[in-house]
Amino acid sequence: METEPALIDPQRFPDVRTSDFRAADGTPTYIVPAAKVVEILRYLRDVERFTMLEDVTAIDWYPKEPRFQVVYNLLSIERQKVIRIKVDLPAQNPTIATVTNLWPGANWYEREVFDLFGINFEGHPDLRRIELPEDWDGHPLRRDYPVTGPRRANLPANWIRVEGRSGSPQ
Amino acid sequence: MDDLGIKELWLDDLLEDDFDPEAEDGTPSKELMTINMGPQHPSTHGVLRLVVTLSGEEVVKCIPDIGYLHTGVEKTAESKTYNQALTLTDRTDYLNPLINNLGFSLAVEKLLNITDQIPARAQVARVLLCELQRLSSHLVWLGTHAMDLGAQSTFLYGMREREMILDIFEMCSGVRMMTSYIMPGGLYADLPKGFEEAVAKFIKYFKKIWPEYGALLTKSELWYERTKGIAVLTPEQALGYGVTGPCLRACGIKYDVRKMFPYSGYETYDFEVPTATKGDVYDRFTVRMQEVEQTVRLIEQALQKLPSGEWQVSDRKIAPPKKWEIATNMESLIHHFKLFTEGFKPAPGEVYSRVESARGELAYFMVSDGSNKPMRMHIRAPSFTNLQAMPITLEGKAMFADIIAAIGSIDIILGEVDR
Repeated sequence: METEPALIDPQRFPDVRTSDFRAADGTPTYIVPAAKVVEILRYLRDVERFTMLEDVTAIDWYPKEPRFQVVYNLLSIERQKVIRIKVDLPAQNPTIATVTNLWPGANWYEREVFDLFGINFEGHPDLRRIELPEDWDGHPLRRDYPVTGPRRANLPANWIRVEGRSGSPQ
Repeated sequence: MDDLGIKELWLDDLLEDDFDPEAEDGTPSKELMTINMGPQHPSTHGVLRLVVTLSGEEVVKCIPDIGYLHTGVEKTAESKTYNQALTLTDRTDYLNPLINNLGFSLAVEKLLNITDQIPARAQVARVLLCELQRLSSHLVWLGTHAMDLGAQSTFLYGMREREMILDIFEMCSGVRMMTSYIMPGGLYADLPKGFEEAVAKFIKYFKKIWPEYGALLTKSELWYERTKGIAVLTPEQALGYGVTGPCLRACGIKYDVRKMFPYSGYETYDFEVPTATKGDVYDRFTVRMQEVEQTVRLIEQALQKLPSGEWQVSDRKIAPPKKWEIATNMESLIHHFKLFTEGFKPAPGEVYSRVESARGELAYFMVSDGSNKPMRMHIRAPSFTNLQAMPITLEGKAMFADIIAAIGSIDIILGEVDR
């Protein structure tokens, strides 16, 4: 898989670079500027025949900068190939264009990333929370969000003292 | 009742101006009605809520509302060591725990770069157990799907046979459902004594009883009426929505992870990938029914292949040392202590690892930052994607009762949808 030619032509898209992070599954991984993501994904879908968007998710590299990475996993059934596209986004107001007009199935994935990471998808038809209640505060999959939840985390350290129970203040 | 005036009241209501009865020439009313379905409804297979807009009995709009079973598995996994996070995967798709275990284990093994070190016995046992799991999952699907459409006896038969498979899992791991039996590096323990005999006995019995299942349904006119031409998904729609598994194969696209990206030695087995052409509820039914037969073939082959020998990797920094090693060797004791207090630390990297679950392509996207806990564990859940495509198969072309058929045919597990 490593010796094959690049799936994204570097002359046509000069600002795309290959990822230097170890891909343990051998998937060719590219880092794409946020402004070009729709153009490149459309090229991959129509020219390179990556017809299926398998997955959209994100990684939070807190406290590093650029903080967020949106990850697209594409599959070509006819070519039996896979590719991964990653987009770096800053910590302040992370925003990226939606790909729902390329794959309608991106809708729920992008809603999930919005819900759990707080990344905005511009042009998304229905950007609401999907897993959590509408009035939830914060975005749980961010690394600085406490695992115990915001309410438990903000309580005084010694608040649980029930008779006969060993409270474990978090 | 006449003296209470109830009859007159009813008529008065009907004759009010804002009520829109059928027009005099018989055309149906154009008034839309929005009703709530779920989350507590036995036919939605969990806590799925649908907001359905109806015109008469025809579905105009169907909006799934999910998240009622959101447990934050992905967040919790970030604070667990790899072997602890394994137990969380059982609880996502609770009809499919062994395949979830395998998907997770394959991802971690790729991060650890030990994929080629898994012993042959573990490889074959993994295939054997995963196919048994697929069989049990399809039996539950068949039973509940048929019961939704009014055929109760299939459910009882399906549960009866599933219980026999769960007994086999209990033999191996001690629990019926939340097994955590397939672990990074091999298996949790060796297959127990009498395992092969139990599986062989079950398969012999199952092959005898299986034709009855099909006959229960396919010899009934009602079954065809409720399933044929209902909730049709075209291949273009299926690809656009990322639908996988039996739902995709029912549209005629032959994509099976076991064939395209073989894992655990699936390339050495002889099996077919059944497909259909129309993509309706009936086609999804036939694809799964044929898949059960292929699964039985795979189990028989795996049973013949099953070698003796080791069932976990020899690297004691990944697989726990055996009891006699701990009792005789100081280094093994240290390994054991380190493994269960700290765990192992894969090198920094990321992996997207696919397996074919009973519902479609299940994938684990994992990122390691070099510590003993996964920095990010994302589950690509097949139910999540397949459910997203369900409304387009219904809107504008289905009756209200067809929603039940459609939900049953895509075979969703809400634990996996919401994670």
